[in-house]
Amino acid sequence: MAELLDFELVSPERRLARAKVAMVVMPGTEGDFGVLPGHAPMMSTIRPGAIHIHETDGGPATQRFFIDGGFAEVTETGLTILAEQATPVAEIDVAAVATQLAAARSAGDEAAVARLEAMQAAATN
Amino acid sequence: MPSLKSLKNRITSVKSTQKITKAMKMVAAAKLRRAQEAAEAARPYSERMAAVMASLASKVSVGPESPRLLAGTGKDQVHLLVICSSERGLAGGFNSNIAKLARRTMEELLGQGKTVKLLFVGKKARAPFARTHKELIIDTVDMSHIKNVAFADAKAVAEDVVARFEAGEFDVAHLFFSTFRSALNQEPTRLQIIPAALPAGDAAGTDASVEYEPGEEAILADLLPKNLAVQVFRALLENAASEQGSRMTAMDNATRNAGDMINKLTITYNRTRQAAITKELIEIISGAEAL
Repeated sequence: MAELLDFELVSPERRLARAKVAMVVMPGTEGDFGVLPGHAPMMSTIRPGAIHIHETDGGPATQRFFIDGGFAEVTETGLTILAEQATPVAEIDVAAVATQLAAARSAGDEAAVARLEAMQAAATN
Repeated sequence: MPSLKSLKNRITSVKSTQKITKAMKMVAAAKLRRAQEAAEAARPYSERMAAVMASLASKVSVGPESPRLLAGTGKDQVHLLVICSSERGLAGGFNSNIAKLARRTMEELLGQGKTVKLLFVGKKARAPFARTHKELIIDTVDMSHIKNVAFADAKAVAEDVVARFEAGEFDVAHLFFSTFRSALNQEPTRLQIIPAALPAGDAAGTDASVEYEPGEEAILADLLPKNLAVQVFRALLENAASEQGSRMTAMDNATRNAGDMINKLTITYNRTRQAAITKELIEIISGAEAL
């Protein structure tokens, strides 16, 4: 399948990535899903987690971003992910996340705990 | 006729003022470019967001069950004016233009018997209101420590506004900022943010088969606060660019005026000097003739 997907990852501050890729897998609110070229138009909210970008068909994930919640829009032409905050997984500071997680747990901040746990999971996978 | 010494002093002082205004102009020009780049970079997100909101708006009918950010409280008694201005002065008419528009709106609303509350982002527009309507001001967000506006700053403001809305502090919110048209032209703008003024859904026919996950309503409820933050962010970016543009123009004028003034003062100085020399010569010559 030579066809590729127009993929865009934008944050409010700037466009983070724009590429033609084979597949993108992301954590939707109602379960993880992958988008291939020719996907039916849809809109979905995304929970905090990692998105995996596969540049080649059937190949491994070449790029990973951690997204702090957001929104995905699939149109006939491509996929756009609107993320409030996105970090390349390789840049996540695992130790810092662990300390923040411990702090959030002791403070009882459940939203932060969920967010940081997702971040930790994305970094260690 | 002022003395030579005082003229010289004035020329020196105007010259140093000119140096300052010139430097400020160049700094503003550099900052303007950066602010414009930031506004440019933020555009894809806000455009996508607006498009998504528009297509959702064409799907969802506004009813009493709709999210309150969209449907409003059903009243329009208490109005909140969120007024964005800068933290620094010397930017021409930038801050006063925003304040003027906000004041006009405020007086209109007060005239209709509504209650008005004022929330300031940036302190410069606050002063004229603090003199006359101090009791209406509920808060001022200090932006002086922020060099480049980040989305998180806008989000904090938006979250504050939403929290106040949910606490029932107001029914309608307007955002005041200055739209950047060019370095010479900035337009004070008023935007209604709560209840959300959705763009008319012109995307209705094209994506009729779009799937929503979860449902339209849930997505909308999730997106509304985000959209608000995006709008505030856009306003702050526009404001940043407008401020620098306005300052650049103002400082350019100031530099030119200082130049004119230096020329005038130099001419007066030279004339005075010549007059003094002539006078001295006349005194010497007539002294010699008298002998």
